[in-house]
Amino acid sequence: MLKQVETSRAIAETVALCRPEVICAYPITPQTHIVEALAEMVGAGQLQHCEFINVESEFAALSVAIGASAAGARAYTATASQGLLFMAEAVYNAAGLGLPIVMTIGNRAIGAPINIWNDHSDSMSMRDAGWIQLYAETPQESADLHILAFRVAEELSCPVMVCVDGFVLTHSYEPVDLVTQGDVDAYLPAFEPRQVLDPADPVSIGAMVGPEAFLEVRYLAHHKQLRALECIPELSQEFRERFGHASGGLLRTYRTEGAETIVVALGSVNGTIQEVVDDLRREGSAIGSVSVCCYRPFPLAALRAAIGEAKRVIVVEKSLAPGIGGILSTDVRTALSHTSIPLFTAIAGLGGRAITKASLRGLFKGAEAGVLDALTFLDLHTELIQRHLERESKRRRSGPPAENLLADIRLLAAQIG
Amino acid sequence: MPAPLIKFYQTGTFTIGNRLLDEEALSVQADELRPNVLTSGHRACQGCGEALGARYALDAAMRAAGDQIIVANATGCLEVFSTPYPESSWRVAWMHSLFGNAAAVATGIAAAMKVKGRPNVRVIAQGGDGGTTDIGLGCLSGMFERNDDVLYICYDNEAYMNTGVQRSSATPPAARTATTPAVGSQPGNSFGHGKSIPLIAMAHRIPYAATASVADLRDLEYKINKAMRIHGARYVHVHVPCPLGWGADPRDTVRVARLAIETGLFPLFEAEFGNITDKTSIRHLKPVEEYLRLQKRFAHLFHSGADQQWIIAIQEIANRNIREFGLLAEVSHA
Repeated sequence: MLKQVETSRAIAETVALCRPEVICAYPITPQTHIVEALAEMVGAGQLQHCEFINVESEFAALSVAIGASAAGARAYTATASQGLLFMAEAVYNAAGLGLPIVMTIGNRAIGAPINIWNDHSDSMSMRDAGWIQLYAETPQESADLHILAFRVAEELSCPVMVCVDGFVLTHSYEPVDLVTQGDVDAYLPAFEPRQVLDPADPVSIGAMVGPEAFLEVRYLAHHKQLRALECIPELSQEFRERFGHASGGLLRTYRTEGAETIVVALGSVNGTIQEVVDDLRREGSAIGSVSVCCYRPFPLAALRAAIGEAKRVIVVEKSLAPGIGGILSTDVRTALSHTSIPLFTAIAGLGGRAITKASLRGLFKGAEAGVLDALTFLDLHTELIQRHLERESKRRRSGPPAENLLADIRLLAAQIG
Repeated sequence: MPAPLIKFYQTGTFTIGNRLLDEEALSVQADELRPNVLTSGHRACQGCGEALGARYALDAAMRAAGDQIIVANATGCLEVFSTPYPESSWRVAWMHSLFGNAAAVATGIAAAMKVKGRPNVRVIAQGGDGGTTDIGLGCLSGMFERNDDVLYICYDNEAYMNTGVQRSSATPPAARTATTPAVGSQPGNSFGHGKSIPLIAMAHRIPYAATASVADLRDLEYKINKAMRIHGARYVHVHVPCPLGWGADPRDTVRVARLAIETGLFPLFEAEFGNITDKTSIRHLKPVEEYLRLQKRFAHLFHSGADQQWIIAIQEIANRNIREFGLLAEVSHA
């Protein structure tokens, strides 16, 4: 049934259909609407057999989920940005223990400077934690991926992050096809843990492991991710058959047949990219795009196949590894090893900076014309950078950069005005 | 009501004549069929107060809960010496997650038991003083404030022993640790106001908070048993000497712990909903010097030429405890 609904609400209603037994909540923008809606559903009795716990920090939120999951309960929480960093230790721990927790990330920038808007810095910081990471492209997929996430998590005993672009997706209102309880129950069986804290059959979970077996434990974490590469397409196919529409999968190609230029990106920006691809196709460019849904494990083979015989690849990514450049690009480059296909990285949309069709168009045309640098910062305000660097070269105590840049913006705006 | 209703002390000793007591008044440890939750073969040092305290406490909890308990353990000595892969000394459903989150993990386990309709399964969180008074305090306070159905037991050995004896916020003034060396004008740990987690627990007005010591088995068992009969957030703070970290003879663990009580440095008391309901009076008051002299961490206070003001200041702390908790008053329930 199609319903015009805020994506956060759609996520909450979908999570509720997954019959979570313990939900831990700590507020942080932009995921807060999700747990607010769940609190309401639990309070109103719409979501039963569920403990909703307001905790004192994100570290506690995930720790409560860890305890609940180890005791055999289906556990869910949501966070973003600083919150994800604050729980970082528990993020690694949940994966190391193999607990199938599902957590929504309302993707948001990391400070300083503090910024509540969307980019992928937060989930990227946890890419090596051992969690499966799925990136939603649309409001519909933002909701759907949670059903897939619980199924994959419990199948593999591995936690899953569903990454949803903050504001762009979390706060948008679009028609979403909300699925039925019956279909979810048929798709997602009751949680049968591989390990559980039970007084009747006591086990020790979380023992210390030294050099004699640590490598093997870590290898098994890698092995689990490789299994996810097989399991996610299968379960996504089953999802499509059950619910009648497609969501998830490892990646999706868009007009890549015969494409000489292929754009690779994560999340909601793919919508804009596809519109630009359409425009350029109309003008005769051989261009297509790939939306990577499953970022961890990284689908090397599927991406290599999708890129095929393309002449160039452009990665548009909402994260930055200072000192090297792109993060997603590094993985794409691994997929391109043994080929001579050049790769271009565009850092775009950091801290909520709008990624416009016009800018993307210029970027893609630049690549086609052979004038694009290997690393580009899309729409970088070079005059601001110049002014700041000059200030630093002139004065030792040049002051806090963020404040200076904002002052410069006002100054430049006044000059234009 | 305090721990033992009847005490049959042998003259001049603290030995309680078990054989004279009714069966139900026997200590859990006196039972050859005791649960032995922390069983032999673990890697704790000789004379480890924490191993002793953990076995006492959890055996009592097991007995009180009809063996239906799940334990969440903070990182620390107790976790490390009990579960070197692939061995485990725990004969109980046990989990270790992180250093600072034992209380929150326990909250999650308790929530799972509630939602699954298993109210008979009781949840215990435990950690050392570092995992409780320092890095775990946020999660602990959250658990208290929500009044989650968890008993948190802190085994306080007054420093970070697992990492090699560094100062924690439970380290007493003047104690030498690896990060509070006995050098300079104020030797050893500084004199602050301390940080009493039992008092902090009481400020949350949780149903039950108590202090206990490995020197008083019956009192400890009584308090754990009492805590297990209550639902909601409960806290028991157990004083557990560390022979290695304190520089005490392993055979003196119980003796040192008893002196901490008898000097007034470690008051034994119980509180319900934020109000102290009982305390253990000191039978034979001892000067703090007797306690300090047994421990090398205080040896610098007794060197020739050492400034006497430090021992006087520690005595002041004991005196304040005696005053504030009324430790010299007659036992009211006798």
